[in-house]
Amino acid sequence: MNTASRADSAPIVSVRDLRVTFNGGKKPVSAVNGVDLSVARGETVALIGESGSGKSVTLRSLLRLHPERRTRIEGRIEVAGEDVLALGSRALADYRGRVASMIFQEPLLALDPVYTVGQQIVESIRRHERISPAEARKRALELFERVRIPSPERRLDAYPHEMSGGMRQRAMIALALACRPQVLLADEPTTALDATVQIQILLLLRELQRELGLAIVFVTHDMGAAVEVADRFAVMYAGRIVEEGPTREVIRNPRHPYTLALMQARADGAMEKGARLASIPGAPPDLAQLPTGCAFAERCTFVQPACLQSRPEAVELGGGHRARCLRTDATAQAVAQSARATANTSILLTETA
Amino acid sequence: MIFYLLRRIVYTIPIMIGVAFFCFLLVHISPGDPLVSILPPDASIELQKQLMKLYGFDRPWFEQFATWFWRALHGDLGTSIASGRPVAAEVMRAVGNTLMLACMATLIGFLFGGLFGFVAGYFRDSWVDRIASALSVLGVSVPHYWLGMVLVIIFSSWLMWLPATGAGPGGSGEWAWDWAHIQFMLLPAITMSVIPMGIIARTVRALVADILAQEFVVGLRAKGLTDLGIFMHVVKNAAPTALAVMGLQLGYLLGGSILVETVFSWPGTGLLLNSAIFQRDLPLLQGTILVLATFFVVLNLLVDVLQTTLDPRIQRS
Ligand SMILES: Nc1ncnc2c1ncn2[C@@H]1O[C@H](COP(=O)(O)OP(=O)(O)OP(=O)(O)O)[C@@H](O)[C@H]1O
Ligand SMILES: [Mg+2]
Repeated sequence: MNTASRADSAPIVSVRDLRVTFNGGKKPVSAVNGVDLSVARGETVALIGESGSGKSVTLRSLLRLHPERRTRIEGRIEVAGEDVLALGSRALADYRGRVASMIFQEPLLALDPVYTVGQQIVESIRRHERISPAEARKRALELFERVRIPSPERRLDAYPHEMSGGMRQRAMIALALACRPQVLLADEPTTALDATVQIQILLLLRELQRELGLAIVFVTHDMGAAVEVADRFAVMYAGRIVEEGPTREVIRNPRHPYTLALMQARADGAMEKGARLASIPGAPPDLAQLPTGCAFAERCTFVQPACLQSRPEAVELGGGHRARCLRTDATAQAVAQSARATANTSILLTETA
Repeated sequence: MIFYLLRRIVYTIPIMIGVAFFCFLLVHISPGDPLVSILPPDASIELQKQLMKLYGFDRPWFEQFATWFWRALHGDLGTSIASGRPVAAEVMRAVGNTLMLACMATLIGFLFGGLFGFVAGYFRDSWVDRIASALSVLGVSVPHYWLGMVLVIIFSSWLMWLPATGAGPGGSGEWAWDWAHIQFMLLPAITMSVIPMGIIARTVRALVADILAQEFVVGLRAKGLTDLGIFMHVVKNAAPTALAVMGLQLGYLLGGSILVETVFSWPGTGLLLNSAIFQRDLPLLQGTILVLATFFVVLNLLVDVLQTTLDPRIQRS
């Protein structure tokens, strides 16, 4: 029992000092600048942050989906014991979909329009396993039942454009699970859906994750959803994870000024897709020309001269909660103050009532 | 599907009537005396009137059209003024030859154009792409007949590998699919294939580049497909449009080969039209144009149906 739990505690996804640079344009763009991320088996991690902070790039790096020629990936990515950045092209193709697979934001665009959904699932299964088409189709049918698509037999023969958005996303999930991967990567899996359908899809993901022991990394702009589903939060800014920790801990007790700003701003839609944080003056730094110090310093209210010298290292705050900031104390104070303020108003309210 | 097909066929009926009317009118209003080619210059007015009556040229045009159209429906396109043989037989023989040539040219154009286009689209902006694009522009812009003559000079006069003109050894005779006959077809087919090759190459290049830029290709990679697997998806996505373009090109080649057929003396509809025009052989001219137009309409129908069956996104309504 004890040994088993120790084996389980080895992370299934381990990213060390990941740096991704795109060389296509005039200047190289450093989209990811030293991301460290560990995900345990059966754990769900939410990646959050403003538009352009490098969430999708990080996620896609885990499957090495960036254009090979124009992209430089440095660091180390290990998934289920595989050294992802060292895989040859054949081994990489074997790894994709079988060890880790991906759910895309807009399944209508991510599925081939001229093949039926069933064909695409069967193709995926037969790519990784030696089984007959009939057996593969049976598996596809089971998957459709598992993700609760009504009249699954008929839906297998539908083309992507013939399904509703919610059904399509379920089909996409079925496709991603077709080869029983251990890690599921989801890039804004619900952004393109109606609010009610969003909740259903999130609940489905949570349920599948429990049943199959999946590790999930998902990108979202919906803090409410993230709180419901994620065990852990990782907040990204300018290509780095500036704060991470257990969900409740990060929500209640943010220690990075950027996270605090996100929490305060979420009420007015600052986490919508494509939005910049209007409540913080200034804009995120140019990724082609990053400052030497903390990338957030320019917009930070607690900034000190030391912040501009070098990029802050991670500060351990206990219980797996860490933040890359020199002023975690100042943020903590601000949180405590605002908590007192709300407490005071509620006392006042109860007294007048 | 059946209903869709039936409806499409019914739609072509008015188109065909219109086309027939247009063919007739076009030839009818063109200037010149239709009998000039067979009447001796010193023929008497009497003889001229008699012949006009024999061919029916003295009756009002709508009556002529009605008779002509009614007979055409029964496969009778009249008699050639120049040769005295039935127009239908002449046209059908020429159509056979042209069809053969056009199919061969389209096939060559599609194979090489598709290949160039695919490679160019796959390796967009590489040197392969630039060469393929330059070649396809050249293919579309180079004049047909000029290229034909250059090919004749190189392969017939200098190298003496292939015959220059005709459609078989010893002038006429039946066509056969052996080297002795096929070698006559190669030069005209290659000459004619250049335009469809260029157009298909450009179409396929644009298609492939467009498909590869779509998100679902990332999706295919993400599920572990190799380049070969992705290639199959690209082909299936590109096929409906590429085949449609090929079909239209075949249609153009069926009627548009007057110059090439004349350069190579290939006994097809182009050569037939050419002689019909120069001999003022009205029945032959009308018949040939009508048959060509019919081919074009039928081919369009086939292309539409094919595209609809291949692409699930096109609604059959
Ligand atoms: N293939 C690419 N080539 C060049 N630059 C890229 C490429 N992909 C992403 N980028 C750049 O990297 C940066 C990070 O992009 P990324 O898509 O990861 O942001 P994101 O956090 O997912 O934002 P969003 O919330 O809008 O999805 C952006 O500035 C983007 O322009
Ligand atoms: Mg994104």
